[in-house]
Amino acid sequence: MLSRVANGLYWMSRYIERAENTARLVDVNLQLLLDFSNLDDRALAGHWQPIVQSTGDEELFAQLHPQATGRSVTEFLVFQPENPNSIVSAIDQARENARTVRDQLTAEHWEELNRIYLFLHSQAARDLWRRSPGDFFQEIRNSSLLLQGITDATSVRHEGWCFLQAGRYLERADKTTRLLDVRHASVPERGLPPSITQDAALGWSAVLRSCSAWDAYKALHGAEVQPALVAEFLLLSEDFPRSARFCAHQLNLALRRISGVPEGKFCNDAEKLCGRLCAELQFSSVHDIFERGLHAYIDELQAKLNTIGAALFQAYITQTFSQQADEEIRQQEEQQQQQRGAPHLPRP
Amino acid sequence: MVTAAPTPPASRAPAGRGFFQPYASPSFFDEMLTAQGSVRPHYEKFIECLNQCDAADFNDKRRAIDLAFLRQGITFNVYGDEKGTERIFPFDLMPRVIPTKEWEHLEAGLVQRITALNLFLRDIYHEQHILRDGTIPAHYVLSAKHFRREFVNFDVPRDIYIHICGTDIIRDHDGRYLVLEDNGRCPSGVSYVLENRRALKRTFPEGFGNIGVRPIESYPNELLKLLQHVAPTGVSDPTVVLLTPGAYNSAYFEHTYLARQMGIEIVEGRDLVVRDQHVYMRTTKGLRPVHVIYRRIDDDFLDPTVFRRDSALGVPGLVNAYRAGHVSLANAIGTGVADDKAMYYFVPKMIKYYLGEDPILPNVPTYLANEENDRKYILEHLDQLVVKATNEAGGYGMLMGPQASAAEREEFRRKIEADPRNFIAQPVVALSRHPTYQDHDGSFDGRHIDLRPFILYGEKPVIIPGGLTRVALRKGSLVVNSSQGGGSKDTWVLSGDQ
Repeated sequence: MLSRVANGLYWMSRYIERAENTARLVDVNLQLLLDFSNLDDRALAGHWQPIVQSTGDEELFAQLHPQATGRSVTEFLVFQPENPNSIVSAIDQARENARTVRDQLTAEHWEELNRIYLFLHSQAARDLWRRSPGDFFQEIRNSSLLLQGITDATSVRHEGWCFLQAGRYLERADKTTRLLDVRHASVPERGLPPSITQDAALGWSAVLRSCSAWDAYKALHGAEVQPALVAEFLLLSEDFPRSARFCAHQLNLALRRISGVPEGKFCNDAEKLCGRLCAELQFSSVHDIFERGLHAYIDELQAKLNTIGAALFQAYITQTFSQQADEEIRQQEEQQQQQRGAPHLPRP
Repeated sequence: MVTAAPTPPASRAPAGRGFFQPYASPSFFDEMLTAQGSVRPHYEKFIECLNQCDAADFNDKRRAIDLAFLRQGITFNVYGDEKGTERIFPFDLMPRVIPTKEWEHLEAGLVQRITALNLFLRDIYHEQHILRDGTIPAHYVLSAKHFRREFVNFDVPRDIYIHICGTDIIRDHDGRYLVLEDNGRCPSGVSYVLENRRALKRTFPEGFGNIGVRPIESYPNELLKLLQHVAPTGVSDPTVVLLTPGAYNSAYFEHTYLARQMGIEIVEGRDLVVRDQHVYMRTTKGLRPVHVIYRRIDDDFLDPTVFRRDSALGVPGLVNAYRAGHVSLANAIGTGVADDKAMYYFVPKMIKYYLGEDPILPNVPTYLANEENDRKYILEHLDQLVVKATNEAGGYGMLMGPQASAAEREEFRRKIEADPRNFIAQPVVALSRHPTYQDHDGSFDGRHIDLRPFILYGEKPVIIPGGLTRVALRKGSLVVNSSQGGGSKDTWVLSGDQ
């Protein structure tokens, strides 16, 4: 598969997943506000500020908006074209990538992505957003889920599919940790958090809901929401398809399917680092997480995921584009031709 | 005994009483209607089919197709539009119908023409017989902007220069088919032909069964066979790729479409690399050899070390690999000379010269500004002629004499006098018209059309029946180019009619 095409598929997949997760994040936090009454400006800013921080774009936000209010944060995360990670920007970039790999996508996949792109740029999107934000976010989530379903049901399991999987799970692992990170300020910096009040529990169940994990969590732990259990579930669950561990495992499978190298061995840094991360998540307990501190643990996890992404890029995308080697070879080739007296064809 | 399923009574509404309302067309040749306003026989079956729907059905069908095109991204980019707006190519539901006999005539004429053009290119890039004996004055060829003198005495695989040709055909006032121009470089539009057909099949499924429309779906397969046919000698299982300028090119949809239909890789210049005069593509598993390139990039941009140095679209070293015979290009380098409008003037002579035949499809009468008598005539009749620059395409660099202002005509007079080699002139041809749906009042009215069939010249010439019918949607306009307000129609070639 062409390196450029692999790259296009990988990023298309990441951006779709990104849009979906941002939709989850904003939706759940808008709903959460309904549970609190009489919030003043400061309390509201306290609600929205961590959400911006969790996306990692707080500097850009500060440049564009004087204050974290519901309106400014949602505008920033949903529509703002200056924010490269807003939902609209993410779908734009997903589609832009899809355009360059159009021949690799099934017609159904392209049409759905194109449909959501056209929708987001229509007046209908703004109208729906004003009338019913919940329906608006459902539209985005459903589109992403439909795209995944289409991929699962129509894509040949070739290399391109592996790059789609790699992009999706790398992005999802990152986003789940960010959704969890929204609440890190409510637990002690280090050490297991104590039992929490009913009000605080609302915040943690919002985290679960934004990951579609509410039902799965309840089935496992009952209705009692405790931060340690939430963190354990979202980071370390073996079976929940949005947990960091599950995503890392899927990423690992995709990487191995690309290279054909079996478990237990590796042929590039992406495989080495991803295998190591999988082992770490597999052999960690919730105590390890809180001993390190939730925020610090998440920060390190995100850094590891970024390194794996960079290593994947190095192994499959840039390797064949190493400009220096090309330049050298070209010069030698030209010298050869001059020696051979082959026709050289200058043209004014 | 089998009981027939109940069917609605056949509605045999004659034209004039159903949904389709004919109009009078006294001053132009109308494809469907005679001067008296009756429907020509080869359109009768379609009109029956059309009259089974009413205005509401018809509008539903139109909207469904427009929406489908937009969703599928069957769009083109408008150059010079900063937001990179994509537009759908407007599609008119009324198909253009060509009867069997007329198509046979067209097909024979097109095959004759492409054969002569390929012999001509073979000749001028080798012995130049046709120039030496003065049949064509040598200076016309040697001064042509796209004549590549570096490729004189270079042998292209199987002596094929123009593999894919998109000849523009028009019909005059008497319904005579004329060739307007030969597009022998990178003609585009075939994806619209295939997609228009798909759309119309979904819209009028009953039409295709009853009317006997010849299928066109084999195009991608025939194209792939052609590309494999010209692979470098000794390569038994060639890797074929399509080279695109990229996602911002106006024909990008078509490039991805064709690559997907043929099951080949679509590559950009940066995906290819030349090592030791062989072309490779950069893949996740390292470099893979490439043998045939269906390039949708002009000569000028192919290789920055040979042609335009600033080209970021091309592949350094590609021309050397081509000269070494390690990679084939379709179309060959240097076919642009045949697109020169001064060369067009000489095509009937080429046919006579190489094939000893009379041209089956005539040219539009053409005056060469470089010839003194012609020039005199052109300058005296600027208000009656269409003047064209010899190396422009897409409706640019043109003067429509009758519509132009005095100042515009004066400007062209100066241009012609300064550089006569660069201009030709032709009388205004009253292009044939075709009933076309009018959005604003729901009626049908005549709009001017042309036809671009796609000719594949491989082991044997193959032309898919029909081609792209382009329609000038603005009332009275003769310009059918998509960049200037044109739309398209499906083109039906009938089989087995009389």
